[in-house]
Amino acid sequence: MKDGDPKDQTGKHPTPHLDELEDGPWPSFVTGLKRLRDEGSDGNQKMMNDLLGQLNHSYENRMGYWKGGTVSVFGYGGGIIPRFSEVADKFPESKEFHTLRVMPPAGYHYTTDILRKMCDIWEEHGSGLIAFHGQSGDIMFQGCTTENTQKAFDALNEIGFDLGGAGPALRTAMSCVGHARCEQSCYDEVRAHRTIINKLLDEMHRPALPYKFKFKFSGCANDCVNAIHRADFAVIGTWRDDIKIDQEKVKEHVAEKGRKYTIDTVVSMCPTRAISLNDDDTLEIDNKSCVRCMHCINVMTKALSPGDDRGVSVMIGGKRALKIGDLMGIMVVPFMKLETDEDFEKLEEFAENVVEFFADNALEHERIGETIDRIGLPAFLEAMEIEVDPNMVNHPRTSCYVRTDDFDDEAAKWFERKAHKAGLSVGADD
Amino acid sequence: MNEQSKPRVPDEVGVPDPFQYMHPVMKANYGNWDWHDRPRAGVLRHVAKSGDVIYTVRAGTQRQMDVFTIRKLADIGDKYADGHIRFTTRSNIEYMVAEEAKVAPLIAALNEAGFPVGGTGASVSMISHTQGWLHCDIPGTDASGVVKGLMDMLHEEFVQEKMPNRLRITTSCCQINCGGQGDIAVNVQYTKPPKINHDLVANVCERPAVVARCPVAAIRPAMVNGKPSLEVDEKKCVCCGACYPPCPPMQINGDDSTKIAIWVGGKHSNARSKPTFHKLAVANLPNNAPHWPEVKEVVRRIVEAYKADAKHWERMGEWIERIGWNRFFEMTDLAFTKHHLDTWTGARKSMNMSAHLHF
Repeated sequence: MKDGDPKDQTGKHPTPHLDELEDGPWPSFVTGLKRLRDEGSDGNQKMMNDLLGQLNHSYENRMGYWKGGTVSVFGYGGGIIPRFSEVADKFPESKEFHTLRVMPPAGYHYTTDILRKMCDIWEEHGSGLIAFHGQSGDIMFQGCTTENTQKAFDALNEIGFDLGGAGPALRTAMSCVGHARCEQSCYDEVRAHRTIINKLLDEMHRPALPYKFKFKFSGCANDCVNAIHRADFAVIGTWRDDIKIDQEKVKEHVAEKGRKYTIDTVVSMCPTRAISLNDDDTLEIDNKSCVRCMHCINVMTKALSPGDDRGVSVMIGGKRALKIGDLMGIMVVPFMKLETDEDFEKLEEFAENVVEFFADNALEHERIGETIDRIGLPAFLEAMEIEVDPNMVNHPRTSCYVRTDDFDDEAAKWFERKAHKAGLSVGADD
Repeated sequence: MNEQSKPRVPDEVGVPDPFQYMHPVMKANYGNWDWHDRPRAGVLRHVAKSGDVIYTVRAGTQRQMDVFTIRKLADIGDKYADGHIRFTTRSNIEYMVAEEAKVAPLIAALNEAGFPVGGTGASVSMISHTQGWLHCDIPGTDASGVVKGLMDMLHEEFVQEKMPNRLRITTSCCQINCGGQGDIAVNVQYTKPPKINHDLVANVCERPAVVARCPVAAIRPAMVNGKPSLEVDEKKCVCCGACYPPCPPMQINGDDSTKIAIWVGGKHSNARSKPTFHKLAVANLPNNAPHWPEVKEVVRRIVEAYKADAKHWERMGEWIERIGWNRFFEMTDLAFTKHHLDTWTGARKSMNMSAHLHF
């Protein structure tokens, strides 16, 4: 039986291409889809039979057959990804196959109990297919009819879950496991994540921004949630004081791994040549030259750890290709403390200011990184009332095309700030 | 409107509080961890300042999961772990247990149920990927299928930690690249300008928005067959597909034109070197479902060359930077072409403006 023949004698679509993806050691999504078709609830079975038929049709012709549309739930303007089949005549039971983007708990923690509740809801109202998680960071409840979308959302909302972002809006955020399990974590990611997103929730549920806006929270520079590349607003944990060293553990590490190996993998790989191994197998670190990259701490997890004066950096403007090309976030706030209620309020206020600036100044379909590229970083910093800092650049400008007749005034500001930080007073009114 | 038909007002709960789901040992030691190590591949041991210990067992999943699979994972969590799980950003599942004695039976149960245990440290972790033909409205391929084939091939490298450093692979079904940057990125790369269905453009597309979306200003309004439509300057067009989402009649996908490119050396972490974007290794590989053998072959060669030649802790991009692109293309038996020379804004910064050479 060739592809396109609607069904075999048992009423199932043949899926010769997909059948090829069931062997091998890695868990097969096809086997899961088939199980829904064969053993799922009545609704799941019908929908999955036609879904498998359409997917096999795509494999046959190497084309996708979904189109978008407009589907939402009462009170919200976003969060549902509508999908209508372009080949519904052949596969009518999956003609509507919408996704509900649902925000996971910060750090992706679940109990088996809550997973089961989600399964029960999705078995009843959807297709039985769930992704943990999509690239947006959402739990993707995939495969819902237009009619059932509201019911599914109501049921998920009743157990404490809310829709995530889609379209030109604040998007679902991500945070790493952080404080919950990782000694390298430099701030309370859960609190930062929930404080900011829950404050700006209106921008998620009722899309009105020029384009998408993403927050991501990584506890250290290992950046496990890929914030610098993927977030408009990346919060990265760091510290200002010295790396903490347990020299006895250093000696144990050297004894176990060898001196040459330690030099090759720790000393030689320090990006700023800030580490040396002493003759007694202890480490010496030039903390003024250290850039907090995390490498040595990653290698010597018992001997080294971030300092005690911890906080966050904020980088703005990461995104992928569309439209002007890939951008990584630019270091805009090199350091701020994030411990007290006031610290969190300050971060929240800054996030609100950046989103407001984006709403007011970005062109349609422009990400904030592109806006900054268009207007220049100084204009953005001025709007945000942030003072310039050498940590914002790889190096100062190399182009001479700049007017500098107010250079002395700008330099005076720099020295004034430095003096202020040192606790001195310069200006007459200061 | 009667009471029955009144719509339910949503409870705008926002991001759920994770503490209600978190393992009690993690909750009790929140923000107070001391160190960690990896007793074996797929297992993490974290020790808190209090002396408490939590073991994490990580296993691969197919990400696109049916409720039966999720319930099976939940059953394992109830029987062999403490009922608390989490997912990583790469769709691996993690079980946390407070007692070391539970680790081995948990691993056995996961393996028995067909979930590979691994993905930690210097391994090839699960591939982060996109929706593809299963659900996306603009896909050029099916990421789930590509990923299944690649993970079958790289399964051994998932369950052991024998790579020089972690190797992160991503796949994306179009050039928007929702899969993200990777040590190796397997992405659809279109090779032909869009084919325009002029009968539909006027009704379906907001033409000025489509014109504005083009990164190279190759699209302009035009009357075609007496109907308002759009035309593409095919000499300017870079075949990126950006016009397709806002205007589906500008079909970018085609059996003859949707190809796959492989990119190398992307890195998110700041460890050692600064984060980097991935760079083109090879383009124009066929979109050969359901096994994508040509893609698998190239990925295999790149993984093997990296594994054989990189130093411990060097990521893909750092390894290539040391050995030079000459040697990379030689070792992987791939061609270096004019298409590897960047032509986009800022391209000059990617050129070698020094006398540093690799032979």
